[in-house]
Amino acid sequence: MHLVLFLIFAGFCLAGAVNLLLQTHPINSALSLIVVMSSLAVLYLLLGAEFLAIAQIIVYAGAVMVLFTFVVMLLNVGEEEKTNGSKIAKTIGFPAAVVILGVIADIILVAQRSLGRVSLDEPITTTKDLSAVLFRDLLLPFELTSVLILIAILGAVALARKEGHS
Amino acid sequence: MNLYLYLIPLLPFVGFLINGLLGRRLPKALVSTVALAAPLAGFLVVLRAAMLAWPGNTSGPLAITLPYTENFGGSWINAGPLHVDFTFALDQLTLVMLLIITGVGFLIHIYSVGYMSHEEGYWRYFAYLNLFLFFMSVLVLAENFLLMFVGWEGVGLASYLLIGFYFDKKSAADAGKKAFVVNRIGDFGFLLGMFLLLAQFGSLSFGSIGSSLAANPALQGGILTAIALCLVVGACGKSAQIPLYVWLPDAMEGPTPVSALIHAATMVTAGVYMIARTHAIFDRSPFALAVVAIIGAATALFAATIGLVQTDIKRVLAYSTISQLGYMFLGCGVAAYSAAIFHLMTHAFFKALLFLAAGSVIHGLSGEQDMRNMGGLRKKLPITFWTMTAGVLAISGIFPFAGFFSKDADLYDAFEHGASGKAIWFVGLVAAGLTSFYMFRLWYLTFFGESRAETQTSAVNDNSHSTLHTSHSVHESPWSMLAPLVILALLSIGGGWIGMKHFGDFLAPVVGAVVDPEKEPGGETFDYFLSVVAVAVAALGWFIAHLFYFRKNDRAAKLAAAMSGVHSLLANKYWIDELYNFIFVRPLKAISTFILGWIGEGVIIRGSTWLLGGIVMLTGELLRRWQSGNLRSYAAWLAAGAAVLILFAGYAITDTWLGAHGIDIHINWAGR
Amino acid sequence: MHVPSSWYLILSALLFTLGVVGFLIKRNLITVFMSIELMLNAVNLSFVTFGHMWRATGQAAIDHHIAERGQIFVFFVMMVAAAEAAVGLAIIIAIFRARGTLNVDQIDLMKL
Repeated sequence: MHLVLFLIFAGFCLAGAVNLLLQTHPINSALSLIVVMSSLAVLYLLLGAEFLAIAQIIVYAGAVMVLFTFVVMLLNVGEEEKTNGSKIAKTIGFPAAVVILGVIADIILVAQRSLGRVSLDEPITTTKDLSAVLFRDLLLPFELTSVLILIAILGAVALARKEGHS
Repeated sequence: MNLYLYLIPLLPFVGFLINGLLGRRLPKALVSTVALAAPLAGFLVVLRAAMLAWPGNTSGPLAITLPYTENFGGSWINAGPLHVDFTFALDQLTLVMLLIITGVGFLIHIYSVGYMSHEEGYWRYFAYLNLFLFFMSVLVLAENFLLMFVGWEGVGLASYLLIGFYFDKKSAADAGKKAFVVNRIGDFGFLLGMFLLLAQFGSLSFGSIGSSLAANPALQGGILTAIALCLVVGACGKSAQIPLYVWLPDAMEGPTPVSALIHAATMVTAGVYMIARTHAIFDRSPFALAVVAIIGAATALFAATIGLVQTDIKRVLAYSTISQLGYMFLGCGVAAYSAAIFHLMTHAFFKALLFLAAGSVIHGLSGEQDMRNMGGLRKKLPITFWTMTAGVLAISGIFPFAGFFSKDADLYDAFEHGASGKAIWFVGLVAAGLTSFYMFRLWYLTFFGESRAETQTSAVNDNSHSTLHTSHSVHESPWSMLAPLVILALLSIGGGWIGMKHFGDFLAPVVGAVVDPEKEPGGETFDYFLSVVAVAVAALGWFIAHLFYFRKNDRAAKLAAAMSGVHSLLANKYWIDELYNFIFVRPLKAISTFILGWIGEGVIIRGSTWLLGGIVMLTGELLRRWQSGNLRSYAAWLAAGAAVLILFAGYAITDTWLGAHGIDIHINWAGR
Repeated sequence: MHVPSSWYLILSALLFTLGVVGFLIKRNLITVFMSIELMLNAVNLSFVTFGHMWRATGQAAIDHHIAERGQIFVFFVMMVAAAEAAVGLAIIIAIFRARGTLNVDQIDLMKL
């Protein structure tokens, strides 16, 4: 069961990610990313992180991606043009990406056996447990993030304002 | 008993400082006084030392015994095996030299006051002259080779400064350079000799080398020959022998008193002095002595032949100096050091006299130096005439003038030196005849016959007076110039009367016993016989000169035309200067231009700047492309950096790596 | 049926690499930004996986709340990513207004 679910939603993730790369219009890429986010939410559930799954849907898929979509529609740039500004990106970038993937995969594959397994039987981290840690041990960082978001709002408003307004 | 030897060099040095630094602003009288005080004071110190050290004075309470040394301030150089002190030593040889240097030097200073009175740079002249006295005193007073070398180089420097005194004249500046460079070649030989001495004896002090040699009678030839030959090179440079004599004729570009002091009486004798001082080494090397004798004899003859046809009065005297120095070398070469020093002394007297008298003539003619334009000056410059006559008679070796005794001693000792000595004697004899001939030629051309002197200013041969006199009639010189002439004339007449025997005995403690004619079988009469031969040859030379030049005739011109090849060879000084120029000067110049221009300036300087500039520009070109502003290339480099980091973190950070770097963390690698 | 944890981690690595590749290839600025978000999400997944993993394999004896801490970290990452997305998109709007284009190859001068 776990395996089937995992395979389906991991497949969705990868498909969405590849689609993001292959699409030319940004709106299509945005929608693919929403698919990826949602699949990830399910994977979180499979890993026993119920709060995170919901938070992923609400915050990421629901707010951030919507924001992306709004901006795409606002700016309305259209499909990508095929410009070729940099050869370096291909000559160095691709090998680098391959190396990153290779090294990480190799390390993980070597350590496979000791990493254990995930199954549906394992206990879920309840929101209650999460909040117990969050609001007790990590209260200060939590409050700081709210300040951070406030600053972000201010910044976004200041940057995106039309010129000429006082 | 303190002799205050250090005052002898110190006072001229102080004079140099005062005149050199302040002389420009001081009045001429003060400059002269300072300049004259130095040699006079030195002469007085030397006189006192001479009186204290006189052979008959050994018993008095103020007497001193020679050698006498003074040491200053402990050791000078103390580096490993090299140990050199500032030590002055006075022995008989040094005493003789000092008397000449300070005495004749003082007379020439007085003369210069009159001769240079119209010159600009009066203060500079006297500063340099005092500097020369300082270095020369150091040279003869030095007790070790290194201090002597200081003096040696210093007199070369002073000579350069004084020869090029009229530095705005190209020929004078070139002559100064030539003198210095040729001297330097000799100095190189001297340095090599010093190095070999140090290697062999471990010390540069005359005293310790002398005692090492005395303690080691088996040491002959070999390394000592090498040392001696190197020293001979140095002596040839300083004393203008073949092949390094070429600077002396050109040195006549300097003022005439300079020629008298430096290039007749003192500096050029430094080579002879050095050989006499180091005779212990030469005595052990017959080969080196033979070389010295041959060089001396050859130079004596060679220079005498060139002097036969010169027309500039100072040139004749210059070649005559080279020739007489050849005699001194000849004397050293047959191990008759006392005879050589005796001739050095008398030569100082009469050559200085000749030069100063020539200067007087030149001064009287307002700058004319070409003998073809002189004549009939006997009546117009009487005192000059009589003093010069004394000098000419002395140099020709006519009895009883000073030159006779010393030259005779030289030639006798040469003859007694074995088979080769006889050949050398013969060469010396021929040279004596030639000497007599050209000196009397000079005498006749200058003072006899009709006056050929132009009365207008002659700027043509204006070598020893840089300022032109306005049209003077021929006039006698002032007393400041004539008094030294008179004194030197008296010395030229009577300077030899001390006799070789007494002189030799005086110097014997230093340079060894002299061949005593009384001890040879039939010696004394033989000595007289040789003297008669020498005087006869000199008289022959006088007679021939009389024939050619006493009254105006064309015998000289006809002979010159008949032997025009020989005449041209002699008049052009055997083209030696041109030969040296071709062999040495031009290639050296070409090489140094090449090295300096191509390699030095081209490759190194321009090349390195080009290289640096090129590197910087190239790096800039490369790095410029990196900052393209292109987001994607930045992204690529970011990814590459991240890949490297991940590689490092994944594979390089192991427990051993952590341990090797002293990081005390144990990471629980899953599976590794 | 169970799934080895390493699969989650490999999935995370794959997603990350796809994000890097997208960052390198895409020419639209917004799409590049979306690739960055993809990378962030991949990392989030690996955090949650590790948290879950260490609780299961006994590290819980040392740190009782290790799974929670992993998830809280993800929580913070989400917050920061949201803030960053807001500000980033505002910047993109400003760039569009200044340059008139969103092609990364054409936005390469700092000075207009």
